[in-house]
Amino acid sequence: MIPMSEEYVLKLLRQNKRMDGRNLLDYREIKIETGVIPKAEGSALVQLGNTKVLVGIKMEIATPFPDMPDEGILIVNAEFAPIANPEFEPGPPGEEATETARLVDRLIRESKMIDTSKLVIQEGEKVWGVFVDIHILNDEGNLLDASAIGAVAALYNTKIPKYENDEVIRGEYAGNLPVRYKPVMITMAKIGDKYILDPNYLEEEVASTKLSVGIRDDDVICAVQKRGSGTIKFSELEGLIDLAIQKSKEIRSLL
Amino acid sequence: MSEKKIVVPGEYLGLKGDRKTGSNVYSEEDKVYSKKVGLLRESENSIDVVPLSGIYIPRKGDKIIGIIKEIQPSGWVVDINSPYQAFLPLAEGVNEFVDVFRTDLSKYYDIGDVVYLKILNIMKKKIIQLSIKDAGLRKLEDGILIKVTPTKIPRIIGRGGSMISMIKQKTKTNVIVGKNGIIWIKGRNTDKVLKAIELIEVKSHLSGLTEKISEFLDSYSQQKEGRGEKNEEA
Amino acid sequence: MKKPEGFKLVDGKGKRIDGRGLDETRPIRMEVGLLSRADGSAKVGFGNTVAVAAVFGPRALFPRHLQEVEECIIRTRYNMAPFSTESRKSPGTDRRSIEISKVLRHAIEATVFLEEFPRATIDVYMEIISSDGSTRCTALNAASLALALAGVPMRDLIASCTGGKIDGKLAIDLNGKEDNYGEADVAFAMLPTKREIVLLQMDGELTKEEFMTLLTKMADKCNKIRDMQVKTIKEYYKKIGGELE
Repeated sequence: MIPMSEEYVLKLLRQNKRMDGRNLLDYREIKIETGVIPKAEGSALVQLGNTKVLVGIKMEIATPFPDMPDEGILIVNAEFAPIANPEFEPGPPGEEATETARLVDRLIRESKMIDTSKLVIQEGEKVWGVFVDIHILNDEGNLLDASAIGAVAALYNTKIPKYENDEVIRGEYAGNLPVRYKPVMITMAKIGDKYILDPNYLEEEVASTKLSVGIRDDDVICAVQKRGSGTIKFSELEGLIDLAIQKSKEIRSLL
Repeated sequence: MSEKKIVVPGEYLGLKGDRKTGSNVYSEEDKVYSKKVGLLRESENSIDVVPLSGIYIPRKGDKIIGIIKEIQPSGWVVDINSPYQAFLPLAEGVNEFVDVFRTDLSKYYDIGDVVYLKILNIMKKKIIQLSIKDAGLRKLEDGILIKVTPTKIPRIIGRGGSMISMIKQKTKTNVIVGKNGIIWIKGRNTDKVLKAIELIEVKSHLSGLTEKISEFLDSYSQQKEGRGEKNEEA
Repeated sequence: MKKPEGFKLVDGKGKRIDGRGLDETRPIRMEVGLLSRADGSAKVGFGNTVAVAAVFGPRALFPRHLQEVEECIIRTRYNMAPFSTESRKSPGTDRRSIEISKVLRHAIEATVFLEEFPRATIDVYMEIISSDGSTRCTALNAASLALALAGVPMRDLIASCTGGKIDGKLAIDLNGKEDNYGEADVAFAMLPTKREIVLLQMDGELTKEEFMTLLTKMADKCNKIRDMQVKTIKEYYKKIGGELE
């Protein structure tokens, strides 16, 4: 694909059109497949247009945090694998990967999606750790929203392994991961004066800034992050939040 | 001494109208705002801010003081106290014919040499071309170099050179002021010159400065002479 | 973090644990020009949170073989000193510092006239020397002052503060305990004279109405924070003008 110039994207936008024919507020087609990784306790493969994200959940025995001895732990990690984008380099997570992981973490944690009180094995000593690992396979833009969909889908697919005689028995299960709510992340990109939803990778490059909002089923806001430089007019903020809340219902219906 | 109005980034300065705007202000919808911390300078025809700090922004025609950094086959790379490279091409640095294959260019300017040059041209991508071909431009030997905030240079030079002429005359010391914030001083009363420059630097936003510096230089001389007399007596 | 059983962040009269009202910030102190080696520097304190910022540049970008850039590159580093927190913080970067450095950098990029210095860099270093909540916002206020002192051209100063929900009530400028034990926290920064947002992060649980009410209060507070920055800058130049008298 040949990179388009900024002028071309702007020209299309003035006519309220996008490069792939979408309307300004349309998401690309979303496909979700769960249970795709045999050795993971939960997994999901998400396709958002051509963006492909694989999320695997591993349940591991962990020690609880000292100030929360009666709760399981959640760790989210994101790997922007070099296979996904000619500009990704091998090595430890960079800024983007770190930000993505932390935002998906906040979405899951602040929405209280996982009932971590049910993940205690021995109070103060042993709990279940829910390890959410996001693996980007193909980056055609909006990795954050795709990763969030993948994480939520994978968590709903997750089973807790049997734990007997101080050992985890992989392949045998003691029940589903206790989850409730389906929080969704909606990303809006500002190009010129207009906002578009679900930017693809070329639109992301041209955008002056992005606003990502995490919404729970009851319309409560769990996470907000303005991403990238550029500015958002204060007067635009309320409209953007309304848009995110409205759109989140659509995405949630697919989970 | 009265104070001129200090403005800050984002401060509203007035309507643009037909006025020309300087490089330290910006306008949005006919409203003019300051980009930097500085002194407002406006008239019927123009509006700008004189910054109180910031790096040297090279301009064509500026006379500056540089230090030779590198010798290349076609000329010299010069450090002019800017993030951008400056280059003195062979033809602009030397008045005679030079056989580049047989001549060691360091015989003209060596690494570390101090040179008084002018900015001949600023090319695209901010590559700066220098020249020594103008009145007064030359290699500067001995003396000392100091660096000051480039935005204070106009005050140190003064209107029509009045401030620097007065300093040179009252201290009987040779001083060359580079627009890029580098100053070369050579003579007996270097310390007096340094003190005067330091004073101008901190008081650059006040008016009536020339008189104040003049008074300072006179009293400084008296002080020094006073001490001198005592020594002689002893 | 989990709030200890029975611990109250706000009492029945709307007073917080440090005696403040819900809409009050902690005492704010600002100082500029304290680091002689930096091109611009500032120290800002919100209660017990203290940040020091230093700006170097615009200066040459090395290595020179970096791809052609038409704009100035801003490099930021947000770092917490090991002694700044209750339990010693291990020196070095962690994921949190990386994310914070990134959002702070974007806030600065939004106001600096980057196109005036192609192929150059401006380094903005922020050190948290004492930490009690709202560190990134304190750091950003310090960075704004340091950039102004360094003569970096900007559209406006950046004013920043936090807010959140504690014990069910909306509050401004969260201290450490309020940040850890509250129901939601928001970090916010804007260009006050333009009313444009340059930094916005939130986590917790807030309805849309709560979010907008809180943000409107925070935007108001940012206007006052900018006024303080302006006063600090102007008084600094008045003071040094008189020093060598």
